[in-house]
Amino acid sequence: MKKKMRRIFALVLKESYQIIRDPSSILIAFILPLMLLFLFAYGISMDIKSLNIGVINESRSPEANDLVTAFKNSGYFHVTLAADRRDLKEQVGGGNLLAVVVIPYDFPARIKRGDGGYVQSLVCGTDSNTAELALGYIEGAIRNWLWQRGDRGERKSPVLLNIETRIWFNEEIESRSALLPGSIAVIMTLIGTMLTSLVIAREWERGTMEALLSTPATSIEILMGKFIPYFVLGMIAMGLVTAVTTLLLGVPFRGSLLVLTIVSAAYLCAALGLGLLISTLNNSQFAATQVALIVGYLPSFLLSGIVFEICSMPLPIRIITYCMPPRYFVSSLQTLFLAGNVWEVIVPDTVRIFLFAVLFLAATAAKTKKTLES
Amino acid sequence: MKAAINRIFRLVVKEFRTVWGDKRSRIIIIAPTMIQLFILSFAATHEMKNASLGVFLEDEGLQGREFISRFEAIPTTFSRVKRYGSLGDVGKAIEKQEVIGVVHVGPKFSAEMETGKTASVQLLLDGRKANAAMITQGYISRIADQFSSEKSGRTSLVTVVPRMWFNQNLDPLWSSVPALLGILANLVAVIITSLSIARERELGTFEQLLVSPLRPLEILVGKTIPAIIISFAEGCGMILLAVTVFRIPFNGSLILLLGALLLFLFAIVGVGLFISSLAKTQQQGFLGAFTYFVPAILLSGFATPVENIPDWLRFIAYGNPLKYMVSISRAVFLEAPTTVEVIKMAIPLIPIGIFTLAAATLLFRKRME
Repeated sequence: MKKKMRRIFALVLKESYQIIRDPSSILIAFILPLMLLFLFAYGISMDIKSLNIGVINESRSPEANDLVTAFKNSGYFHVTLAADRRDLKEQVGGGNLLAVVVIPYDFPARIKRGDGGYVQSLVCGTDSNTAELALGYIEGAIRNWLWQRGDRGERKSPVLLNIETRIWFNEEIESRSALLPGSIAVIMTLIGTMLTSLVIAREWERGTMEALLSTPATSIEILMGKFIPYFVLGMIAMGLVTAVTTLLLGVPFRGSLLVLTIVSAAYLCAALGLGLLISTLNNSQFAATQVALIVGYLPSFLLSGIVFEICSMPLPIRIITYCMPPRYFVSSLQTLFLAGNVWEVIVPDTVRIFLFAVLFLAATAAKTKKTLES
Repeated sequence: MKAAINRIFRLVVKEFRTVWGDKRSRIIIIAPTMIQLFILSFAATHEMKNASLGVFLEDEGLQGREFISRFEAIPTTFSRVKRYGSLGDVGKAIEKQEVIGVVHVGPKFSAEMETGKTASVQLLLDGRKANAAMITQGYISRIADQFSSEKSGRTSLVTVVPRMWFNQNLDPLWSSVPALLGILANLVAVIITSLSIARERELGTFEQLLVSPLRPLEILVGKTIPAIIISFAEGCGMILLAVTVFRIPFNGSLILLLGALLLFLFAIVGVGLFISSLAKTQQQGFLGAFTYFVPAILLSGFATPVENIPDWLRFIAYGNPLKYMVSISRAVFLEAPTTVEVIKMAIPLIPIGIFTLAAATLLFRKRME
């Protein structure tokens, strides 16, 4: 037993030196996580700030001018004005104008009669997501304008129904607060799966695997030697990301740190297990990178519910998301940061992540043995 | 000159044998791209579908029931509408993520609606899923508007008549598949190039290359050509799949799209070579490629609109070759732009390409010394 520990310790030491002496480990443990946080915090957001739209004011009546001003002052649009449809229609698309709002010449007359004025909005559908958002914001701006007119008593608004929205856990509905906790999952996948996917393939490719095999260390010990240093690296990165997210970027943390540590450790085991499994199955590093990209990085980023909502995906893809650990980790992270210790969410998630970890590590151990025997 | 071309040709053949030589390596290059094209094109949507919505109806009148039935009438958006009987249950349900939000209709709803007063409805949303919450809010206020204008007996004072150009039904596939063409070609080209020199260094065969008659610049060119050919071929394959399998309309000019793709590949191969000259091992090369991918994809307009990026960060977005490729590809597929328009969109790729290739060459030369 004591000998075993010493061998594992020696392997851990060897692998740690390999990590520490490689400047790219600084990149992965510190710079890449910070860059990701920065991008998630400022680079991507669904909160529209300056949509380029055109407004064609055919009517030029006081009402229409008032509506144009409302568009300009809403803070969501960058308005290009024109008096004729032909002036702007050609600019829709090609990255110039996202939408054109046409206020027709009979707009004030129809409003006065009260039989429903209409505003036409031509939206460039090339990017369907942005188009949907743009349309929503245009409708919202017009709704607001109507409300304000109602308040000023110019005409009684016919709105019978008022929706009072309350957003729980994220009152200001900042997409950053939802994105940043999720980014921990991406970073841990990067360290756990992407880096380790290369470490065994590397030994094979360089021919140093034979050297390792000729030592008294067993296959499990070799795996332990690879596992432990990357586990430590991953947990350090997790700590860094949590600190920056909560202390610098102002995302609340309402759960318990101990629970976060346990869930993250379980996920890191699963991610490392997956990486090591990929690594034992592929003898070339190039192949390993490709596989790691598909089963590791992209699911953690795009199939985990961070950026795209899982329930909206078609059934086969939803099934795939159930068979991968990231979705469970992301839901736990978002809950721990924004809602607190909601056991009904965290316990089942953690159990599932843990099962994945056991599955991946067991498969790796089994597979490594076979390779050694053959 | 002829000798140089001959030497480069030999290197290109050798490179092809490494990445394209046997069946296994061909699969490793083609399969991931296709898998990603199929999975990501369907996953990349901000539409709401199959969501669960909660309802807490305290009102016993007709209006309340009718209002609630409106949500049940759109099963594609809200596939499950669950009823709750108390505020405590509502809180638990949101906390446990059973539903994305709950519509709470108070006891006086019907009475207020019938007397023509403005009735209030509470909408509680789960802010952990900020995007989904925003989208749900949009859907529900649209339904409420419609309901209230029907009940008030007259249409709303102003209705918005929307018309979608280029993508009438706002099919998300039409946007995601052309965008993925750029993203996946980008992945293939950068991974192949960023690992190619690093692999030689790691395996110790780089010295052999150096003692061969090949000049440094020739090595660089020889490494570039296979990556461009392979990723260009994959790009063509994806265009074919987009038109045949995904049935995305192709309205623009194929030649213009291919020309832009080639220009784009030159620009990003420069990025890959730059990383490759810096990296000593393939692991480093891969990491470097990643350091490029993450911001390139996030700031490309694929997942979120470029317009949302704050001004002070936009200069990075403008230097991102992928941003141009994504918009060119979407435009050529859906908008049928004129030649002049495409050229205008593609022009920024030229300085970016010159910059990346020059930087890669300089760095490569420097590292040789």
